Amino acid sequence: MPEITFVESLRMTLKEEMERDPSLMLIGEDIGRYGGIFGVTKGLLEEFGPHRVRSTPISESAIIGSALGAAMTGIRTVAELMYIDFTPVAMDQIVNQTAKMSYMSGGKAKVPMVIRTQEGGGRGNAAQHSQCLEALFLHIPGLKIVMPSNPYDARGLLKTAIRDDNPVMFIEHKLLYATKGSIPDGEYLIPFGQADIKRKGKDVTIVAISYMVTVALKAAARLAEEGIEAEVIDLRTLVPLDFDAILQSVRNTNRVVIVHEGCRTGGIGAEIAAQIQEEAFDYLDAPVARVGALNVPIPYSEPLENAVIPDEDDIVRAAKKVLYRG
Amino acid sequence: MTSRIDNKRCIKMYEQMLTIRHFEEKAIELFEHNLIRGNIHPCIGQEAVSVGVCTPLRRDDYMVNTHRGHGNCIAKGADLKLMMAELFGKSTGYCKGKGGSMHIADFQGGNLGANGIVGGGLPIAVGAGISIQNRETDQVAVCFFGDGATNQGTFHESLNLAALWKLPVIFVCENNLYGLSTPVRESISVVKISDRAMAYGIPGVSLDGNDIIAVYTAMKEAGERARAGEGPTLLDCITYRFYGHFTGDPGKGITYRSKEEMNQWLERCPIKRFRERLIKEKRITEKTEKTMEADVKASIEAAVKFAKESPLPLPEEALQDLFH
Repeated sequence: MPEITFVESLRMTLKEEMERDPSLMLIGEDIGRYGGIFGVTKGLLEEFGPHRVRSTPISESAIIGSALGAAMTGIRTVAELMYIDFTPVAMDQIVNQTAKMSYMSGGKAKVPMVIRTQEGGGRGNAAQHSQCLEALFLHIPGLKIVMPSNPYDARGLLKTAIRDDNPVMFIEHKLLYATKGSIPDGEYLIPFGQADIKRKGKDVTIVAISYMVTVALKAAARLAEEGIEAEVIDLRTLVPLDFDAILQSVRNTNRVVIVHEGCRTGGIGAEIAAQIQEEAFDYLDAPVARVGALNVPIPYSEPLENAVIPDEDDIVRAAKKVLYRG
Repeated sequence: MTSRIDNKRCIKMYEQMLTIRHFEEKAIELFEHNLIRGNIHPCIGQEAVSVGVCTPLRRDDYMVNTHRGHGNCIAKGADLKLMMAELFGKSTGYCKGKGGSMHIADFQGGNLGANGIVGGGLPIAVGAGISIQNRETDQVAVCFFGDGATNQGTFHESLNLAALWKLPVIFVCENNLYGLSTPVRESISVVKISDRAMAYGIPGVSLDGNDIIAVYTAMKEAGERARAGEGPTLLDCITYRFYGHFTGDPGKGITYRSKEEMNQWLERCPIKRFRERLIKEKRITEKTEKTMEADVKASIEAAVKFAKESPLPLPEEALQDLFH
């Protein structure tokens, strides 16, 4: 198969899964005729009709709550929230309803539901359209969290997410949508909780997610020019977390940099760093470093946004710091 | 009016109202003896709404419930033993002791669970309506909520969506005139909650929620409308909670309600009114009623015994049921 974009990969996957499960429903804003603001659902309304591709009014709470109600009563559902910045509008339905339904009912409720959304800065969308909020959901028991970094993973992980009987936050990144990758013919699924070692290295482990995997790989290439071999791990899912992959790498490199685009304060790096010091303290030759956004809302102006969001330089600097070089 | 409803059904309705009343009284007593944790939001006084709404429902119809939801569970056909065991936090309870009073769910009986968040259940009922529409069955979904929930954003989003897509959802407001201590006259901008239906282009009816026949009749009509694919209805059932907001409310709500008002509503007790009617129409006698009451009390005692004798969950069960 020729190379396809991240968006095309998602669209193809949704289409295939809708063909596979005749009850699978999509629900979200502008996902019908318009095809979704990023074009992910283009053509699906025409193919599957308005009951299975439900384009909604601007009602985020109702989107999530009705997806939940439908999922609980036998309709597997993929809900789309246009920006992760809109999830706080529907936070009760995500946190108090969706995440808790199975547990609170003693396992009686089954919630086969995916919340597709996208996050990230870099395009001048300012404070309410650029956030990375995955850490909010990591803090809530009952949600699986998937963060694909490339078109190949997007497809394999989305299939797994749709077929899962639990609520899954499927968090995409707006800067990845146009990126291309090759996808094999035929079906494949990527299981949750299986990190991907994107680059082998012996000197330092770089743990990354989503778009930051791309940035980390660029940083690793620069480090290689200076003779530093970085191992880059793409976590792919935060819940479940493949901590074994991190542990194994840390035992070899003894140094770790965790990279994410969300705020450093209370970010996923804090949790991972805590687990590393609990499980691998004796293997560490330097404190665990975290690279994340500065603790402010994402500003509009380009130099300001660039100053806040982590980049290659920040990762290179952090890697050298844990290696006590430069 | 009752003449239109057959005898068997009338008697069953009355028995369910009695069951709710005695179940709640027992639950309050057990709470006072520290056998039930947290809090209970008793629905005593609102029995006509629970039973009037649930009687025309089928077992496979869905119900979304509120924090003040024991009566609705019972009216939808819940097993008293499993309910009581849940209140006791036992592993034999409906939710294995993980939900408690505010989260009783009985999926086999169409009960999709209750909600500790005011207004939290409305979008879920809409989702059940979507599911029915997509599966092309003739089920309906009933959504209970209080007057307070009609001021939440989810009320607007849910009624709009259900109306837009003509979903088979019946929105039932248990309008007991107070959101905790705040009276509806200080919190709602319209005279009647049913006036809000106009904003969504759907039928809305305000009715005497302590008259079970009025509730039953309105619900039957709304249910038939929903089953026929004609969309949602808003029922505003005006009622009163005799015991205040919850078991922690001083003097059954005396800090924000006058004694006079409370007494007036006691006079309008839905059970008393239905009983007088049934006796007048010679559908029950004092004697059959006594027997019925004794049976109801015995079934509640049996539920308490079952709950008491049931095992507590093991600590390791705390980690189960998060994911399937």
